[in-house]
Amino acid sequence: MAFNIYDFTSFNQSIDKLLYDNLPPFWALIIEMTLIGVAFLLFYALVGLFLVYAERKVCAFIQNRVGPNRVGPYGIFQTFADFIKLLMKEIIHIRKADQFLFNLAPFIVIIASFMAIAAIPFGLGLHAIDFNIGVFYVMAVSSLGVIGILLAGWSSNNKYSLIGAMRSGAQIVSYELSVGMSLVTIVILAGTMQLSEIVEAQRNGWFIFTGHIPAIIAFLIFIIAGTAETNRGPFDLAEAESELTAGFHTEYSGIKFAFFFLAEYMNMFIVASIAATVFLGGWMPLHLGPLLTDLLGNWSLKFNTGVDFIPPFFWYMGKTLLVIFLMMWFKWTFPRLRIDQLLKLEWKYLLPINLFNIILMALIVLMGWHF
Amino acid sequence: MDYILSGNQIMFILFSAMIVIFSILTVTSRRILRAAVYLLLVLISTSGLYFMLNYQFLAAVQLTLYAGGIVVLIIFSVLLTSHIDEKFESPALLKKVYGAIASILGAVLVINTLLSYTFIPGIEPAKDVNMNLIGNSLISWGEQGYALPFELISILLLAAMIAAIVVAKKVKTK
Repeated sequence: MAFNIYDFTSFNQSIDKLLYDNLPPFWALIIEMTLIGVAFLLFYALVGLFLVYAERKVCAFIQNRVGPNRVGPYGIFQTFADFIKLLMKEIIHIRKADQFLFNLAPFIVIIASFMAIAAIPFGLGLHAIDFNIGVFYVMAVSSLGVIGILLAGWSSNNKYSLIGAMRSGAQIVSYELSVGMSLVTIVILAGTMQLSEIVEAQRNGWFIFTGHIPAIIAFLIFIIAGTAETNRGPFDLAEAESELTAGFHTEYSGIKFAFFFLAEYMNMFIVASIAATVFLGGWMPLHLGPLLTDLLGNWSLKFNTGVDFIPPFFWYMGKTLLVIFLMMWFKWTFPRLRIDQLLKLEWKYLLPINLFNIILMALIVLMGWHF
Repeated sequence: MDYILSGNQIMFILFSAMIVIFSILTVTSRRILRAAVYLLLVLISTSGLYFMLNYQFLAAVQLTLYAGGIVVLIIFSVLLTSHIDEKFESPALLKKVYGAIASILGAVLVINTLLSYTFIPGIEPAKDVNMNLIGNSLISWGEQGYALPFELISILLLAAMIAAIVVAKKVKTK
């Protein structure tokens, strides 16, 4: 079995061949799907736990505290301990809730984020499904998550939950537009929606550099709207602790609460991954483009060979974690917006800027003014 | 093949069973939000069928517009207007009978048409429906162009939006 950390394609093909040689095609397919599913579940859980830990450490760092430091070195096992505690908690039965919808809501939220994560390219050959409409697919399935939030708020039969759900619904429905349009700006530049081709097109320079002004505007809008879409601070009106106790998940306990919690962090991870893939080159290393190569000559080539030694998966993770750090920084620095400010920001500022930006990008692509 | 059903057939049966069951539940449920959720499951299963046909664009449109857009709007309006304890009253027996007759007649008509029609299997190779193809046909006006319907629908939507704003606008009182 050829294992190559730079290219997993041959590794995948050897597993594929092994299964199909020894099993009937139907069972080989079932086993392959199960393997991928288990890999994603493990990845999902581990990244979720790591992000909770990272959030607490970053928060502590910004607030000049130490953060978790008791369980394991630097407290790295703190979230595992918390998770075990959550698993063993009693699931409180809400008597006057709509049982069916109440139990269904966390699953909708978590399935939506699970479907989105399947389309993300983690590295060469580490890409589960590669649709020709990749970007659009991720947008489509992540728009399902809000249904879970709305259902959770309504079926809890609790005023705070309902208000939280309403706010969250209004927020996600409006900011989805900005997320979509900022991605459309880059789709114009790339000429494709397929995520693998978008990454490949950034071999000689990430889109945020090659698309210069409109790409940078689109990136800023995407980060703002993406933070709002994941219901994170400063846009966390849906669960504003000071007003609504905990918003839509007030009535949830134990593992169901853990589902919401995990899904929130994974949504942040998905937004950051899409930002990294579409704007920052995905798993592509930072290559100096032809323009800089002319300028720097030999040094640029040496640099390009040098960065290729870092495996693609680490490039991808590094960029994603950078964006995640940025989003955590937002949360612990900015105060929470009011609902009218939130909607005004979207409809009066971000949306018109976005529409103008799309036209600007189309003009630049038509005239060939990009690098 | 020593299997009775292939993977594709199993998936098709699964999706169509989901569509049938949840469609029936949508119209028989007496709680309005549950009906909306059953409708959501019907729409998601339909997009599953599109995915099976390898027409991912339509599947994603189905998910964004119907599941992510229209159902969210329905749920939103239910959230604003109805309370959790509310239930529809069971309709009168006569209405149920009429409804049953109408739906059975419709089903008989559709199934009869489907069974009597002879489907000719296509011999053309499947087209790869990519974004460039869809975009080009949407704005071209020649053969296979959809510029006119596209523009007409845009005007219709614009009119609907203006109407919504006019309706929602506050009337100035003296």
